[in-house]
Amino acid sequence: MALPKMVVRSKVLANELIGPLVWRLTLSAPQIAAVAKPGQFVHVRVMDSLAPLLRRPISIAEVYAAEGTISLIYRVVGQGSAIMAEAKPGSELDLMGPLGNGFSLEAERPLLVGGGIGLAPLVYLAQALCPRPVTILMGGRTKEEMYWQDIFKNLCQNIYITTDDGSLGQQGFTVDALDDILAKGNFDFVYSCGPRPMLAGVARLAKLHNVLCQVSLEDYMACGVGACLSCTCAGNDGKRRKICSDGPVFMAGEVLD
Amino acid sequence: MLAVNIAGIKMKTPVMTASGTFGFGPEYSEFVDLNRLGAIVVKGTTLLSRTGNFGRRIAETPAGMLNSIGLENPGADEFLTMTLPKLAKYDVPIIVNISGNTVEEYGKMATKLSVSGVAGLELNISCPNVKQGGIAFGTDPASAAAVVCEVKKNTSIPVIVKLSPNVTDIVAMAKTVEEAGADAVSLINTLLGMAIDTASWRPVLGNIVGGLSGPAVKPVALRMVWQVAKAVKVPVIGMGGIMTAQDAVEFLLAGASAVAVGTANFVNPYASVDVAEGIKDYLRVRGLSDVRQLVGRVNDNIV
Repeated sequence: MALPKMVVRSKVLANELIGPLVWRLTLSAPQIAAVAKPGQFVHVRVMDSLAPLLRRPISIAEVYAAEGTISLIYRVVGQGSAIMAEAKPGSELDLMGPLGNGFSLEAERPLLVGGGIGLAPLVYLAQALCPRPVTILMGGRTKEEMYWQDIFKNLCQNIYITTDDGSLGQQGFTVDALDDILAKGNFDFVYSCGPRPMLAGVARLAKLHNVLCQVSLEDYMACGVGACLSCTCAGNDGKRRKICSDGPVFMAGEVLD
Repeated sequence: MLAVNIAGIKMKTPVMTASGTFGFGPEYSEFVDLNRLGAIVVKGTTLLSRTGNFGRRIAETPAGMLNSIGLENPGADEFLTMTLPKLAKYDVPIIVNISGNTVEEYGKMATKLSVSGVAGLELNISCPNVKQGGIAFGTDPASAAAVVCEVKKNTSIPVIVKLSPNVTDIVAMAKTVEEAGADAVSLINTLLGMAIDTASWRPVLGNIVGGLSGPAVKPVALRMVWQVAKAVKVPVIGMGGIMTAQDAVEFLLAGASAVAVGTANFVNPYASVDVAEGIKDYLRVRGLSDVRQLVGRVNDNIV
């Protein structure tokens, strides 16, 4: 009987601080690297003990299928991510996945819009969309959070930046800059991940400009496979959606106004 | 070696999946061969669909978790037309966990769900996360008995009553539902708990309180199973924090005839099968041939 989903022990190859509280964890996970799609996530057991008990859902940030490696870019926000940040090269982590549904790769002229740690899944998306011309609009609080530029510079043709304090790029939120970018560009698809208010704004503007839009949602999850119903949300058709297994990527009109 | 018969439900192993932790089964079918499970107890089902509670629904706690899902489910009709047919291809008993707002609703659900493909009903009279029904029936013996009687009047398939630990005397509850006609009892449901965010001074859960599960509750569950198993004649299904075969063996020794794996599924999707395999290994090492040789065999004589 073929059981396509898996739990694997994966070796930590590197775990480096790349920005304020943000780390990039590189793992040897050939089985996951071979099948993972942009937008999917892995469910990480940060240690083998009973506390912390639950897995942590973390989006897959980069995939190098030939090398059999993946990377996760994560922010230290609590107990689980703090333990992950302690993982040393050579140690092993228990990964479940890849889980969820990824982004559509149909775009010819894609625009990526990411805020904060929501930029992580867009890295693999940009990798997968190459050599198509990828434009990205990225937002953060200050220029110190814009280390993402270095990650995206070789993957994207155009990079637009907003910061809350104006220390780099346009001052304000990504949504403030998006209207102009959509008006000037000839995009056929907007992909977005970030805080929920940002996604709502992106979805509204994409609709206004008549461009298809997919968003990646997040929530607290226990199972990651659609069993526990921790992460459900209302769909616009009146039916419920499970963010883990129906998403985390949705057409914007499915879950946002 | 592992086969058991719980109130007429024949199971290949004594390891079931606990309601609410395994979806309807197919959610885990890419990890686990469902044919290897003792039984699947499906997500709590209500007569009409429910959207569940608002706000954050889970919180991790030391060696456990709180949930306040609030019985989100697509309703009995969708279960019967969409989900049950998909489960027909598996050779595993399907037990439907049901909840009602009123005694009559439990009766209606029992009639509706007594169909081919449903091996038994588990009456959820212990959900801590809903305003009506749920635990209100599980903490008052007279109400619990009324629910059991109503269900028994409306079905001929085995009826398991899931007991709440949030009572002063769980033995009295177990005896009451046994007298009312329960064919088996399962315990424990979650323990009512709470978590507070010290940054915002707000409760972590949208519902303020929720049900605690996971290894943290195991000693409480084990104690209650032991007390109840001594007091009733019907089979006891033990659950609460089982992560390993060792945990399951404790429940069997305490008097459970079968066990259910719950929160462990979230951590290890193979947990239900791993526990069954581990029980088999344990029996072999101990030179035993049948899991029933463990049931209730704890030596609890005070010396």
